[in-house]
Amino acid sequence: MAELKFIGGYPEYMRESIKLVERTRPERIGKLPPQMTPEEREEILNRYHPDYVPGGKRCIKIGPNRGDIAPNEVVDLLEAYPVIDPEEIDLSEVDYEPDILIIGGGLAGTSAALLANDYGIPAEKILLTNKLRHGDANSMMAQGGTQAADRPEDSPLIHYIDGLGGGHFTNKPDVLRALVEDAPLVMQWLEKLGAIFDKDPDGNFMELTGGGTSRRRMHACRDYTGMEELRVLRDEFRNRKIPVLEFYAAVELITNSENKVAGAVLWGLETGDYKIVKAKATILATGGFGRLHIRGFPTTNHYGATCDGVVLAYHVGAKLRDADTVQYHPTGAAYPQQIIGLLLTEKLRTSGAQPVNKDGEAFVFPLEPRDVEASAFIRECYTRDKGMVTPTGMRGIWLDTPLIDIINGEGRTERSFPAMVRMFKRFGVDMIKDPVLVFPTLHYQNGGVETDPEGKTNIEGLFVAGEISGGVHGKNRLMGNSTLDCMVFGRRAGMYSAEYVKLAKSNGKLSLEHVKKYVNMVKEAGIKSERKAPILLPEYRGRAVLARKIDIFY
Amino acid sequence: MKKEKSIMEKIAEANKTVTKGVDEKEVKHWVTIYIMGKPCRVPAALTIMQAMEYAGYKFIRSCGCRAGFCGACSTVYREKGEYKLQTAMACQTRVEDGMYLVQIPFAPAEKAIYDINEEEYDISVFFKYYPEVARCVSCNTCTKSCPQDLEVMDYVQAAIKGDFAQVAEGSFECIQCGLCAMRCPADIVQYHLAQLARRMYGRYGSLEEKNVKKRVEEIKKGKYDKEFDRVMSLGGTEFKNLYTEQQRTREVY
Repeated sequence: MAELKFIGGYPEYMRESIKLVERTRPERIGKLPPQMTPEEREEILNRYHPDYVPGGKRCIKIGPNRGDIAPNEVVDLLEAYPVIDPEEIDLSEVDYEPDILIIGGGLAGTSAALLANDYGIPAEKILLTNKLRHGDANSMMAQGGTQAADRPEDSPLIHYIDGLGGGHFTNKPDVLRALVEDAPLVMQWLEKLGAIFDKDPDGNFMELTGGGTSRRRMHACRDYTGMEELRVLRDEFRNRKIPVLEFYAAVELITNSENKVAGAVLWGLETGDYKIVKAKATILATGGFGRLHIRGFPTTNHYGATCDGVVLAYHVGAKLRDADTVQYHPTGAAYPQQIIGLLLTEKLRTSGAQPVNKDGEAFVFPLEPRDVEASAFIRECYTRDKGMVTPTGMRGIWLDTPLIDIINGEGRTERSFPAMVRMFKRFGVDMIKDPVLVFPTLHYQNGGVETDPEGKTNIEGLFVAGEISGGVHGKNRLMGNSTLDCMVFGRRAGMYSAEYVKLAKSNGKLSLEHVKKYVNMVKEAGIKSERKAPILLPEYRGRAVLARKIDIFY
Repeated sequence: MKKEKSIMEKIAEANKTVTKGVDEKEVKHWVTIYIMGKPCRVPAALTIMQAMEYAGYKFIRSCGCRAGFCGACSTVYREKGEYKLQTAMACQTRVEDGMYLVQIPFAPAEKAIYDINEEEYDISVFFKYYPEVARCVSCNTCTKSCPQDLEVMDYVQAAIKGDFAQVAEGSFECIQCGLCAMRCPADIVQYHLAQLARRMYGRYGSLEEKNVKKRVEEIKKGKYDKEFDRVMSLGGTEFKNLYTEQQRTREVY
């Protein structure tokens, strides 16, 4: 094959298609394809959404959710052997004994620590542990915004109705209500802690809509929303001198003779040693599972998003909910190769960018709920054959980003999307002048460990918050409800676990009996695989190296 | 008859370089990079991070979000035949032939401990917690080392003048990788100083939002309780109609 000639970051043949996008641009302004009817939505989901198309899921054979279905990649981990042998672990020597152990240092875990502290737990009686650095989390990468119904035209009730409809009416109502009613509180809390949100000259929040939200209620910090929220909360956390352990991953929860969760076994990723944490309450805030690459999709998620917390909770008998659904974000980068799968915020579409096919035709309302929008992209690329094919064989949809400046005035893209502009510029593409190519990418774990409005699970002593939890979003989450979820339920888990530990009696004897039982369950179910979980990190090393890998040190 | 691949199989196939790693047979262009001095032949289309993984490194440190937001993968490199040291995020930079590189996994910088509720919104806060800021010699090394291309020296100078707004604006897109502080000849910790300035500005420098304040009061008084009870008791069809109607009247932009 002859060498490709590149112009402005794109090979010549892709330029031809960009010309068609430019040609139809003027007539597309202000004219959007109609929204789909509920029936149309259902049809397109059934035929094109990776969650609905058969072949990606199977029945769970063991544990509290036996008989439920979940993605194969998740079931693989639930039906795996634990990574530790209880016989090798000495529980009699406790390394840390906080009142509250928080596992995970994203927005949820950090919020939990702050609120536990506010509600009377001294800093030194809290311990936050993280398998990477404090702040290495999907929260850090959240771009678009945080929903909170605070404008006079809006209300928590309208937010509630949007959320329940977006979740296909499967959300847990009381949990969703807690989310929307706490939302303005979270915004006020962040403001007081000094987070800087986009505001107009009068000091009012500048708010946008998102897919499936009927009012403008998205609060953004340019396209660095999660980063701003998390670095402010982490700074506050550090000011309060709350102890933190980095590069220690929880590899198993510890129970006690009363079957309550009573801490965790941590494992040092750098040192290979284990530590025993005995705690009166344990909060799992370990995030999601994007790095499992469900159905072979790339992901927007951070390096450590490997479903660990769900596995740990399942080992102690915690119930899962809506674990069968996965959120694919419609607009992951499809080109250039170096950034495939990375997130292009939905805010681009709320600011006027339109999805168009290789012939420059608009084919879908830009702000359908994410699952519907993603399905429409897949149909356009793989059934109608109107996707743009990249040099590596990806098919994608053009996201016509130059419209943002045309509609909102010059300079808007650069002001509102500095992270996006910067990312594309690094790889030679100018998204202010040229459209960018997108395709759905694995984004979010909709379900997880079933929670109640206080962050409690069905296992006493175990709380959950954030992406690991299941219930609040039902089977599909709306934009801007994830950072909100992390903070609302992080705060709640912190607050209610603080109340819980004040009343908690003696802990009983520490035990890993549940691990032994789990091993037996796996064996009895006749599961052939020798697979182990949690996996902690994904494997991306080159094939040549892995083919000759031997373990000497460990 | 050969069965045609399903759509999902085709998608997985198209994504496999990212999810399963590159297939050497498909690589047309190769480069040699020097990872801490060790020459490694890697596909030319990869980022530094992907290339290091291809070469066999499994990251524990120096890898976080993989998308340019977390500052974990600070990298210092030198191009072939050049004397200049350059900086980059490994996840956001493509490899180049002859690159000599090392990753900086941690910056041993001190962060000030303060109480946001007690501090005075005044220039003195900078000198109280980061007195070394006065040692800035305007050499601009921080700016040159910033992988986000921020005007770091300008915001440091703004701090010296007590201009919170400019520090906040100029440092807003900082990913706190620490490269500026590691390169600064005056040992200033630019990124922590900026965090302090942004929080002070966010708390004291901008007007309090009125809508959110009012809404919080309303919620605390239980203004929406009755309506919630009503809506939460609606049957499936009634609720769906309510949702459909609300979507129909949505604010578009």
